[in-house]
Amino acid sequence: MTEPILKVKGLEKHFQLDRNRVLKAVDGISFEVMPGETFGLVGESGCGKSTAGRTIINLYDATNGEVLFEGKNIHKLRGKNQKKFRRDMQMIFQDPYASLNPRKTVMDIIAEGLDIHELSNGKSRQEIVCELLETVGLNKSHATRYPHEFSGGQRQRIGIARALAMEPKFIIADEPISALDVSVQAQVVNLMRKLQKEKGLTYLFIAHDLSMVKYISDRVGVMYLGKMAELADSDALYSEPLHPYTQGLLSTAPIPDPIQAKEREKIRIKGEIPSPLNPPSGCRFRTRCPHAMSVCAQVEPIWQEAKPNHWVACHLYSNSNPQ
Amino acid sequence: MNTPKKWEKNWFEPLALSEKNSEVLAPQKGYWKDAWIRFKSNKGALIGLILIVLLLLIAFIGPLFNEHNYHSQNLTITNQESSGDHYLGTDSLGRDLWQRVWYGAKVSLLIAFIAAFLDVVIGVTFGGISGYFGGRVDAIMQRILEIMYSIPNLVIIILLMMYLEPGVLPIAVALSFTGWVPMARIVRAQILKLKTQEYVLAARTMGASHYRILFKHLIPNVMGPIIIAVTFSIPSAIFFEAFLSFIGLGLRPPSASLGILVSDGYRTLQLFPFQLFWPALVLCIIMLSFNLIGDGMRDALDPKMKK
Repeated sequence: MTEPILKVKGLEKHFQLDRNRVLKAVDGISFEVMPGETFGLVGESGCGKSTAGRTIINLYDATNGEVLFEGKNIHKLRGKNQKKFRRDMQMIFQDPYASLNPRKTVMDIIAEGLDIHELSNGKSRQEIVCELLETVGLNKSHATRYPHEFSGGQRQRIGIARALAMEPKFIIADEPISALDVSVQAQVVNLMRKLQKEKGLTYLFIAHDLSMVKYISDRVGVMYLGKMAELADSDALYSEPLHPYTQGLLSTAPIPDPIQAKEREKIRIKGEIPSPLNPPSGCRFRTRCPHAMSVCAQVEPIWQEAKPNHWVACHLYSNSNPQ
Repeated sequence: MNTPKKWEKNWFEPLALSEKNSEVLAPQKGYWKDAWIRFKSNKGALIGLILIVLLLLIAFIGPLFNEHNYHSQNLTITNQESSGDHYLGTDSLGRDLWQRVWYGAKVSLLIAFIAAFLDVVIGVTFGGISGYFGGRVDAIMQRILEIMYSIPNLVIIILLMMYLEPGVLPIAVALSFTGWVPMARIVRAQILKLKTQEYVLAARTMGASHYRILFKHLIPNVMGPIIIAVTFSIPSAIFFEAFLSFIGLGLRPPSASLGILVSDGYRTLQLFPFQLFWPALVLCIIMLSFNLIGDGMRDALDPKMKK
């Protein structure tokens, strides 16, 4: 069996807002990502999935827990190892309008990593950039242009080219398509799949669009209020969701067939997502859960393997269920 | 109802990548070119720019038109009206006023430019570091700034001028001693706004150093507000220099600045008003032009501030 390329163990990221209030954006999540696979991370806005991504790439220090990339704790890397990590793991950002520096040419944006790590300069730098532009479906004549001259989809391609410049092994895509038109979304996702095949990349794909995540991911983790609710193979999760939250999410995802869409059972998730400043006791989903029981308010459900390779944190599936 | 035909893969094929097939982009228009177009459309700013250019040209070429210089005294021709030889007349020591006005304009502008340059260097560095690092660093640096701001700058400048030897550089240093504070505030505010942008995060994920992020990513994006602040700080430096000279803390004779000329002319105002009029006119034109340019720059570089 191959070793996972990324291991996240009990990762926590808390933000101290002021003396008395702590925002627990990520509160203990664990998962593993195998080399070459795409791991989808889904959840509502504010559930901590972006924070998780940023902590994994070491934009934030972890409050607790650890992130092991190729067996090394990334928050403890120094010097040469840290530089190598900065090349091996790259990120694609959500907003293609904010993620490119408006005062730099496309050439300088894509070559930024090369410049920082002094990997190449002069003519070879130019060649690498032109090659990357063509890889992502842009023209090499675009290299002298500025970001504001491009459309959203083209900008996202530039963002992908920038991430590819250092030949990374692992790419965190933080909602790379949610700011794009639907037709352009498909282009970008297909480009990412093509690149994965060609370059053997591993993706951590963060999104809230379930249909896209299903399309691109091998395995999917569902987050709710800073905790992992369910984790399974993409097919298993979509055909047989265990956690009530996942069931609710899936039943709200649109189906392109109107007859099927009418017939299917709809599970509505009531209310708003509670404030992560003051999460509910016990199971965090209980305030909105249609199956909430008395035990849910008292005991936090344990993270367990309910079926082979299908993990869930819900009292409905625990063996010590008092009912 | 007949069922729609099933979609088949061979219906579509990807377009080959070529110059012709790629999306057409708008004509290339850089940031500065765009700003220049907006600047040109502002009549007042354009007039200001033309006036400044003309004034600079005359200040450098004008003194060649007659054989006098700014410091030679000739006590036989004191307080003369304008004539073919002395275009603007002479002062109470018989020095040619045409030469002295343009020499004074050059000195005043030089002081203003040096002061503005020092403002930028100190203000941008201080404000940039304070805004970028935030937290405790920011808190301490902001308290320093507030202390600087709370002392009346006239007091500081007068004390400094008494301590330093009068000269072009000391005056500029004294002016920028407190002059950098507004610049630091502007830069800090902008950096605070920009530092959470995703392109900064992108640079960090690639391992960019703080220096690189601050000076290669953030400061270039603050250039607009910095330039606007500079165009407003130049006239205020000229004004302050004139004021210092007027109260006798400026340059020493025979050197001249516009402030000294105004001060000299003021003493003989009732007898020879032209001695005050000419330097005052040049001072007014410089001040007005820079303020007009500043307004134009603000509209050109920061279109969002427009109503």
